[in-house]
Amino acid sequence: MTAVVPARTPEQEFQDRIDADDRVEPRDWMPDGYRRTLVRQIAQHAHSEIIGMQPEGNWITRAPSLRRKVILVAKVQDEAGHGLYLYGAAETLGADRDELLDMLHTGRQKYSTIFNYPTTSWADVAAIGWLVDGAAIMNQVPLTRCSYGPYARAMTRVCKEESFHQRQGFEAMMTLCHGTATQKRMAQDALDRWWWPSLMMFGPNDDASPHSAQSMAWGIKRFSNDELRQRFVDATVPQAQFLGLTVPDPDLRWDGKHWISGAIDWTEFQTVMRGDGPCNRERLRHRVAAHEDGAWVREAAAAYADKHR
Amino acid sequence: MTAVQTDTDTAVYALRLGDDALVLAQRLCEWAARAPQLEEDVALLNLALDLLGQARSLLTRAGELAGPDPNGTVRTEDDLAYLRDEPEFCNALLMEVQSGDFGRTMARQLLVSAWQVPLWTALAASADEGIAGVAGKAVKEAAYHLDHARSWVLRLGDGTAESHRRLQQGLDDVWPYAAELFERDALLDRLVERGVAADPALLEPQWRATVQAVLAEATLTVPETTWRPTGGRRGQHLTGFGYLLAELQHLHRSHPGATW
Ligand SMILES: [Fe+2]
Ligand SMILES: [Fe+2]
Repeated sequence: MTAVVPARTPEQEFQDRIDADDRVEPRDWMPDGYRRTLVRQIAQHAHSEIIGMQPEGNWITRAPSLRRKVILVAKVQDEAGHGLYLYGAAETLGADRDELLDMLHTGRQKYSTIFNYPTTSWADVAAIGWLVDGAAIMNQVPLTRCSYGPYARAMTRVCKEESFHQRQGFEAMMTLCHGTATQKRMAQDALDRWWWPSLMMFGPNDDASPHSAQSMAWGIKRFSNDELRQRFVDATVPQAQFLGLTVPDPDLRWDGKHWISGAIDWTEFQTVMRGDGPCNRERLRHRVAAHEDGAWVREAAAAYADKHR
Repeated sequence: MTAVQTDTDTAVYALRLGDDALVLAQRLCEWAARAPQLEEDVALLNLALDLLGQARSLLTRAGELAGPDPNGTVRTEDDLAYLRDEPEFCNALLMEVQSGDFGRTMARQLLVSAWQVPLWTALAASADEGIAGVAGKAVKEAAYHLDHARSWVLRLGDGTAESHRRLQQGLDDVWPYAAELFERDALLDRLVERGVAADPALLEPQWRATVQAVLAEATLTVPETTWRPTGGRRGQHLTGFGYLLAELQHLHRSHPGATW
């Protein structure tokens, strides 16, 4: 007697592979929704890397020591490199870098809301390394095990560099905290301004996060927004204490296992998301201006390549 | 650390080279997050990083060779970068000319790097071991910078009509400042004699040959000019230099004695 095995659909076979922790590669069959979700996520990640060059790039020419200048130039350069790997990963899914950039420039695709806050003091550079790169690591380390191979591999490279940025940021913060009274005030002021936006980097609370369940099933997402946010808070609060800084959250408490933060002001998140944060317009305008100013250069490179084919 | 023998002449020479690297790096840093394409964001910052590395070593060397001040302190790289005023900087004017558009930036880079390749090659054998040490590494960096500038000058010169026009304009703008690189003064006379400095007269033929070959291939015209602006080595700078220093130094100077 032979058992009749019902034929499995391509979708089911794909899901079996995901469930078996198999890596999906560019030539493999994949559901359209999977491809679309990944392109959107990778593109937004790439956009965040390149927009993220602005808030810190703004301090390169003013860095207070040559050593700090070198560290900062190298960091901003790394972020450009991250953008390159990520646009490359999106291209393996059939996307095109120029089209993705156009989506960014016309506001049809977003980047991380964190970069819509201004960097008004040197301590912001330190705080971004410590908190923003720190939060990025929490978000991105699980992506090194993402089901899509090229994205997972790009993330492995990116995470190594981000953890370097995080350590350098913390070290810069520590120097400020051990410095003059003014430097210490700068450090506290930066923490005050960057703490809540950093917590918002993990996205809405789980009950308000519509795409999460499908992304989890596809092995694109491994942990929920709230789980990752909690890890970040647990890791970062003791660091703030070590620095002698006060986390700007009067409701922050230790429950015996975790640091529990007060309620996040999601209306602020929505405001920045909608485009009305302090720097949304400035960031996009700067990005579009750089692209337009460079058009003649890119056209020349293309014309030269044509002539010398 | 063994004390370095005070040598005022060599200290000034190291300072000239260090200021060249620092000031050009500062100009290149202005491009951060505004390059024509992402690959170039990486490349321009790479150039800046190499130059900053050279600047740090050379300024440190200049401080050591200058010896302690009356209070017994030796000036560090940061003292020299952040606490000197405009007339004390002795970079060549070519390093400080405004970056302008990408064409002018690459024209400037071509003229600088085509000089730095033979310069560092010669200085790898300098009688000053500090300068020779920097040169050994810098010669490879300069070769890469020259390659990068050359590849853009070719693409822009022989690209579109607009890029050709813009690059020729950028080249015309920066060209007159190159003459200063080959000037010789009493200090260089003494240091060339001692085998510390490179003889500018010996660098010029290779510079001219390199630049002319690139410009010819890029279909550009070698500018003709009788104007030879000078003074950088003596602390006489262009109008924009004060702004460059203000940006470079203001944070450091706002917190006297602070550690960063
Ligand atoms: Fe990054
Ligand atoms: Fe980073």
